Amino acid sequence: MFGMLRSLWQYRHFVLSSIRNEFISRFARSKLGGLWMIINPLAQVAIYALILSNVLAAKLPGIDNKYAYAIYLMAGLLAWTLFSEIISRCLNLFIEQGNLMKKMSFPRITLPVIVVGSCLFNNILLFVAMLGIFALLGHQFSAAMLWLIPLTLAVVMLALGIGLIVGIMNVFIRDIGQAIPIILQVWFWFTPIVYPENIIPEDYRHLLNLNPMYPITSAYHQVLVYGNAPSLDSIAIISGIALVLMLLSLFLFRRASAEMVDVL
Amino acid sequence: MSLLSVQNLGKAFRSYRSEWQRFARWFGIPAKPSEEHWVIRHVNFDIQPGEAIGIIGQNGAGKSTLLKMITGTLQPTEGQVQVNGRIAAILELGMGFSPELTGRQNVFHAAGLMGFSAEQIQQAMPDIEAFAEIGEYFDEPVRTYSSGMQMRVAFSVATANRPEILIVDEALAVGDAAFQRKCHRRIESFINDGTSLLFVSHDIEGVKKLCEKALYLDQGRLAIFGDAKTVCDQYETMLFGGSRAIESAGSVTDTNNALHPASLIDSSLFGSQEVTYGNGGATIERVWIENSAKQEANILVSREEFSVCYLVRFHKECARPVVAMLIKTLEGIALYGTDSKSLRKTLGDVQPGATLLVRFRMKCYLSAGTYFLNCGIRDHLDDEVFLHRRVDVMMFKVIKESDLGQAGFANLCTDLLVERP
Repeated sequence: MFGMLRSLWQYRHFVLSSIRNEFISRFARSKLGGLWMIINPLAQVAIYALILSNVLAAKLPGIDNKYAYAIYLMAGLLAWTLFSEIISRCLNLFIEQGNLMKKMSFPRITLPVIVVGSCLFNNILLFVAMLGIFALLGHQFSAAMLWLIPLTLAVVMLALGIGLIVGIMNVFIRDIGQAIPIILQVWFWFTPIVYPENIIPEDYRHLLNLNPMYPITSAYHQVLVYGNAPSLDSIAIISGIALVLMLLSLFLFRRASAEMVDVL
Repeated sequence: MSLLSVQNLGKAFRSYRSEWQRFARWFGIPAKPSEEHWVIRHVNFDIQPGEAIGIIGQNGAGKSTLLKMITGTLQPTEGQVQVNGRIAAILELGMGFSPELTGRQNVFHAAGLMGFSAEQIQQAMPDIEAFAEIGEYFDEPVRTYSSGMQMRVAFSVATANRPEILIVDEALAVGDAAFQRKCHRRIESFINDGTSLLFVSHDIEGVKKLCEKALYLDQGRLAIFGDAKTVCDQYETMLFGGSRAIESAGSVTDTNNALHPASLIDSSLFGSQEVTYGNGGATIERVWIENSAKQEANILVSREEFSVCYLVRFHKECARPVVAMLIKTLEGIALYGTDSKSLRKTLGDVQPGATLLVRFRMKCYLSAGTYFLNCGIRDHLDDEVFLHRRVDVMMFKVIKESDLGQAGFANLCTDLLVERP
């Protein structure tokens, strides 16, 4: 464990330059460059907002801004994009970097760290863009937004835990790489992001408690839409689960790194 | 103290009946692999500072696996590798370069991948830039580079700091000849400063030239480790012995190339590239080349007199068969071919069971290179029908008669006359 941290520190320069190079390569030779990173999710928000706002706006209790639905949507997407991006990139991480892992000797742990770093950077840019739009729509900022820092941490831990486990298994059983994107799609629609939770019939609403992303998105909603502190109990439970998953994934990672190179 | 110590090293690739058993094993639940394939096993050796060691062996002997375990990308299944110092491996140049970044940015990144800190890289940057010698291109995106330029940059980074152990794999084909010389000079100066070199190659001469010791891997075992020349000679004998065993296992009995001075025979030219067909009327039993001293050889000197010889056994009665031969380049371009018909020689009628020894005597007006030989025996009435034909039956090498430069396939024996009219 400490060995991992030490080699990470030794390779910090490599991690940073990998993240930087990734962005440079992605936007090299495009005129708008980094703007595309913001345009993409915003277009998604615009589409949902245009199509669904009339249907669903009335069902959002407790806010009187007429753009409430768009704000609600963005808050949920902020959490979900970070979550799903980390998982889907970890999923194919070792397969994509297989050649490098076979030919060069470097601490493997840098690979997921690079993924987390670049996803976090993406997420921050998205957040900044959202703040700009909130301001345009006349939405109030509040100090509760500081809660986003621990919330983001919880999302990262949860996503990294799941992502590493499926990423490692995907090296050995490639079906996982096909199944996970489908599961993520289904999961997205089972999480109240595009719709408010109160449209789910009372009888089924308790099922939401089985979804670990539900407390997180509702915390994002509390913080960004309503300006309240999130419910601490559920967040604490989720963070606990996330921590256990992440430790499990690191344990698997240590066990599997040697064998991964054998089969890549 | 030794720089590198390999003790009882072994690597097995394991497969399981189900991958879930593999997962279970990580959690300490015992599961027996359904199959264990040992690629390399029981390898022991030590390397002292400043030693250059060649690693030789046939394809699949476990050379790459050994190197990967020494560099640390593969974990040994048993035994261990002890390394006292930094290893730099030139296994694949340009690993991790991204085309959109400039040479400088890529150098920065690649050096980071090797574990250098930002300050160390900044310090080495001028040297790297100077060594690569690609001028202004250094600050252009790598996608605009030629492959040679990319190799130059990659080699410069890989060898920016002197490592304690340098691993060089095979064809160090870096850019043009001048740059290759520069690379070799750098490697030699590293060795003089105490770096140990591990050099993997199929080029026996190269190993003898560069290394004082050699290590011969045979099917995952360390066959011999010792003085380079002895090991290389042993390797050649074994290669040669092995190849003969394979050939005699085939339908065509071949006792070619038995016991000859090493300088006349290059065993790397033996191969199983041959294609053979025919209507069964005859068998070409044995094909060989004799040099001007009437010795069997597959290395000839340009302009030397030589003979293509073969022994034919007839199975059916045949009226006036035609014997033929053809020399081709590696690319398959026919250079010269002839047969008994065009040489106005009649072989007469032959009875079943008769054997003929055929000798085409000629002069080797080929320039230095490697060539293929075809032999055939045809029916005299129909040029298309072969009683037996052996395509690419053997390879032979032609070496230059002197140091004089030559290009192309033919040696036209030029005399140069220059006058001032």
